[in-house]
Amino acid sequence: MNALPLLSLVIWVPIAGGVAVLAAGRRDALARWLALGFAAATLLLSLPLYTGFDPAVRGMQFVEDHAWIEAFNIRYHLGVDGISMLLILLTTYSTLLVVVAGWDSVRYRVSQYMGAFLIMEGLMIGVFAALDAALFYVFWEAMLIPMFLIIGIWGGERRVYSAIKFFLYTFLGSVFLLVAILYLYFQSDSFEILDYHRLALTQTEQILLFFAFLLAFAVKVPMWPVHTWLPDAHVEAPTGGSVILAAIMLKLGAYGFVRFLLPIVPDAASQLDWVVIALSLIAIVYIALVALVQEDMKKLIAYSSIAHMGFATLGFFLVFSIFERTGSLEGAALGFEGAVVQLISHGFISGALFLCVGVLYDRLHTRRIADYGGIAKPMPIFATLLVLFAMGNVGLPGTSGFVGEFMVVLSAFRADFWIAFVAATTLVLGAAYTLWLVKRVVFGTAPSERVARLPDVNLREGMVLGSLAVLVLLVGVWPDPVVDVLHGSVENLLQHVVRSKLPGA
Amino acid sequence: MKSVYVGIVLAPLLGTIVTGLLGRWLSREAVHRICIGGVALSLILSLVAFFHVVGGGETFNEPIYRWMFSDGISFEIGFLVDRLTALMIVVVNFVSLMVHIYTIGYMHDDPGYKRFFSYISLFTFSMLMLVMSNNFLQLFFGWEAVGLVSYLLIGFWYQRESAIYANMKAFLVNRVGDFGFLLGIAAILMYFNSLDYADVFRAAPLLQDVTVEVIPGLEWSVITLICILLFIGAMGKSAQVPLHVWLPDSMEGPTPISALIHAATMVTAGVFMVARMSPLYELSETALSVVLVIGALTAFFMGLVGIVQHDIKRVVAYSTLSQLGYMMVGLGASAYAAGIFHLMTHAFFKALMFLAAGSVIIALHHEQDMRKMGGLKRYMPVTYWTMLIGCLALIGFPGLSGFFSKDAIIEAVGESEIPGAGLAYLLVLLGVFVTALYTFRMFFLTFHGEERMDPHAREHLHESPAVVTVPLVLLAVPAVLVGWLTVEPLLFGGWFGEAIRVAAEHDVLARMGEGFHGALSMVLHGLLAPPFWLAMAGVATAWYAYLKRPELPELAKERAGVLYRVLVNKYGFDDFNQAVFGDGSVRLGRGLWQVGDVTVIDGVMVNGTARGVGRLAVVMRLLQSGYLYHYAFAMIIGLLVLLSWAVAA
Repeated sequence: MNALPLLSLVIWVPIAGGVAVLAAGRRDALARWLALGFAAATLLLSLPLYTGFDPAVRGMQFVEDHAWIEAFNIRYHLGVDGISMLLILLTTYSTLLVVVAGWDSVRYRVSQYMGAFLIMEGLMIGVFAALDAALFYVFWEAMLIPMFLIIGIWGGERRVYSAIKFFLYTFLGSVFLLVAILYLYFQSDSFEILDYHRLALTQTEQILLFFAFLLAFAVKVPMWPVHTWLPDAHVEAPTGGSVILAAIMLKLGAYGFVRFLLPIVPDAASQLDWVVIALSLIAIVYIALVALVQEDMKKLIAYSSIAHMGFATLGFFLVFSIFERTGSLEGAALGFEGAVVQLISHGFISGALFLCVGVLYDRLHTRRIADYGGIAKPMPIFATLLVLFAMGNVGLPGTSGFVGEFMVVLSAFRADFWIAFVAATTLVLGAAYTLWLVKRVVFGTAPSERVARLPDVNLREGMVLGSLAVLVLLVGVWPDPVVDVLHGSVENLLQHVVRSKLPGA
Repeated sequence: MKSVYVGIVLAPLLGTIVTGLLGRWLSREAVHRICIGGVALSLILSLVAFFHVVGGGETFNEPIYRWMFSDGISFEIGFLVDRLTALMIVVVNFVSLMVHIYTIGYMHDDPGYKRFFSYISLFTFSMLMLVMSNNFLQLFFGWEAVGLVSYLLIGFWYQRESAIYANMKAFLVNRVGDFGFLLGIAAILMYFNSLDYADVFRAAPLLQDVTVEVIPGLEWSVITLICILLFIGAMGKSAQVPLHVWLPDSMEGPTPISALIHAATMVTAGVFMVARMSPLYELSETALSVVLVIGALTAFFMGLVGIVQHDIKRVVAYSTLSQLGYMMVGLGASAYAAGIFHLMTHAFFKALMFLAAGSVIIALHHEQDMRKMGGLKRYMPVTYWTMLIGCLALIGFPGLSGFFSKDAIIEAVGESEIPGAGLAYLLVLLGVFVTALYTFRMFFLTFHGEERMDPHAREHLHESPAVVTVPLVLLAVPAVLVGWLTVEPLLFGGWFGEAIRVAAEHDVLARMGEGFHGALSMVLHGLLAPPFWLAMAGVATAWYAYLKRPELPELAKERAGVLYRVLVNKYGFDDFNQAVFGDGSVRLGRGLWQVGDVTVIDGVMVNGTARGVGRLAVVMRLLQSGYLYHYAFAMIIGLLVLLSWAVAA
């Protein structure tokens, strides 16, 4: 198995596929089938990453390491741990769904649409797999371009404003990332991310780097108060764009915390963890309240995404207070693994919810909640699936949405009662905005004849949503296979995080 | 035995899955046969389990599969089947089966027939998972899953605005309870490092003196904190003041589920949970006192509201609230067995009352207002007699099941020395009068007196079909007998064994047991005791005010206007919640959005930056005039400044 450069394949097969799809030009049917073929092939190629993964190994697996730009000691270095492996699987799966979901709802420049998603898939996987900071940065920046185009070309009415806002916002973060990486390069003469994990840095250096990383990744997550690009981007993006944005792109920010911030500047993080915890709690409460009053379905789900990502960032940063309060790491891994599970689960659920909005939008061309009502009657299958995903969003036990939040709240209790208290308010607030949405869209009476006669999901839509529903339930009922692959990686990370990196320490 | 236990939960689950996924291709008969078959099988297996456990079989406590492993803790799905569980699964499955059968008649003309069966089987599965759990994770799963099905069923008629308002309200209020419950579970994991009941109960006494500082300067016993947090969950699920507000509204759902979920089973989950946690609650008198007082307040004040309701189902719903309060009072007095005993008898007679009310409702073509009923005795004899049995059982008429359980609770509170017991005793005693009053008010208004329905409805009046009346009769049997048969072993025979633990100094049942000489003497003794006379006074008042002098209630309404308005407004809980939590959070959300996101972050910070850059560019452009002498002048000035700085340095 190791003979095959799996990671390179899952990066470059979709990119090559994307180029091939672009070449299909105006032949829409060919473009669709090619895209489907490449997306499916990539998903199949990514599966051995799970089956061949050894949970007992603490370091990186499926490693590929070649010299790239020797003058600067930049290497083509790939590898995954349990966290990035799961995120890669999520990427390959989501992309396949997006291709299928866009099958006949996208009619404008089909080949370019499909091509953009495939290329973006490869780039995003590149971010998750890169172990060289320069390589990471290249993928990180390159990934913005297809998304920028997807919003700007296939988006709604205010697509240009949103696309530029998206680009500038995230680019602002990227600049800080670049500065941080360059600084680390000059300190260590290396672009190896794993070298940075061992690099000694003074507290001042660490604090400056902490803020650079925080800004770079917080924009992407996004965390309050740098979140306002997300609702706009989601509202304007086409369905596929929203799915990838919510399911994968947001995860990149969280992943950055795990790969860069925590292990590289642990002493600063331990001093300033309260910043991230406070921002996470604000996301959980403030954003949930804002979500409550949205009139646009996509905006509501976008805000809900921010609130759910708050759980991920919270889970990652609990370790310091737990260590400080109890003197041991017990309970920290629970929160950390919970945060990763939350990332995966949020990928399923938010992706599914955006696909649901897409299904409705394709039929009625409006996202306004008030334009819908009582769709349970004309669309019973769709309504059932939507309620299921809503319950996932609410974190009902038995769905994947429960697992991560449960673990993080349990872990937060060890850190501080009040952190757990505020985090647990999501039980009420999350239910409030989600169920109110369900009440207004699914239940009640149809406000117009057209709504009363909406056709139910077709086979293609049913398959896409159905497969997500199975995953949401499966992970909810049996999260063991997901959590199990994380133990080694998380333990390893936590060891790094509590070890001081101050010089001489 | 493991396969039997797995079968108990899987049988109804399979019914749900098959009818839920394949429902559209199955006939109505096939759907109800599959679901009823599943529950019937589950009931048979429960009886096997029951007799196994009662016959001295080992308590089963084993994992079924590993849900997750993290941080050195194994989260398992597993079953604990001791006598408490065995009793619960038999009650749940029996009532569920009756309701399944009854549904054939009640939902006969409903287009959602198949969906309904699929839901109630799912409910049965969830409830069984809850009561059979051997750990807090699965308990929470069942806890929330029954809430989900309750949500789906309250909103079953999803085109009714009132129904979908009620179901959202039910879910959210329950979530407030679950919020506490989840924190309680988190506390348990932190202090016990396990979510397994057995581990927790074993270690609990060691933590008796450990304290925690939740609010600076205030030391709390850890056990008290845990118990109160868990009890907040029970307050949501078992509808205790002030989280009771969802239960009356839940009557928007079809009547069979009011019987099954909102009377007999789900709402008693909180009572079951506290009894299950008796090894914890016994360690905290503060927590017991909270349970006792909240229960007593619910028992009395919710009963009062029942007196002013016109909707027949709402009367029964307020009665359920009140009776749940009684159960809680029993638990708070450390008479866990009495609480569970009342849970069981209540399940039978209250399910009976709901189903009888439903029988009336269908006979009158979905009329629920008692002002349009009256004199139904003549038309519906089976419903009449079974309802009468239910009502007598509810008011605790000596000999019927409710008498044994309720009297035991009242006596236990009288004996109890938990702080607050004095107040609670007074409230539950007065509650007996209130119970009899609202119950027989409902009974007389419905079955006796003037026939107030419209003539058209009267023409079509007839007794309900057998699928409706047979469950009524089958439920009436335990409503009469179950108290007689089980009072001795359940309350005084230590029947629950290790399942319920009571500290010696709290053990009021043991003290009462010394004076117990069999069911018959308890009945005879009951005829002389104050609760009986209070109940009779209640019945007599109802008779006088609603049959003899029907103009009296109107008069009382005018005389006691304030009290009447307080009761009709249900003490203002609903208005308060809507204004403060409902409208308040929307207003807060809108404020945060418009001021925080739109104005400050986007307006000033983001777009402001963009505008700022634009303005800066305007200024900068002025500098780049393109005239050579401007540039030359600037260079000279700059050079001068630089030089002078260098010289000065």
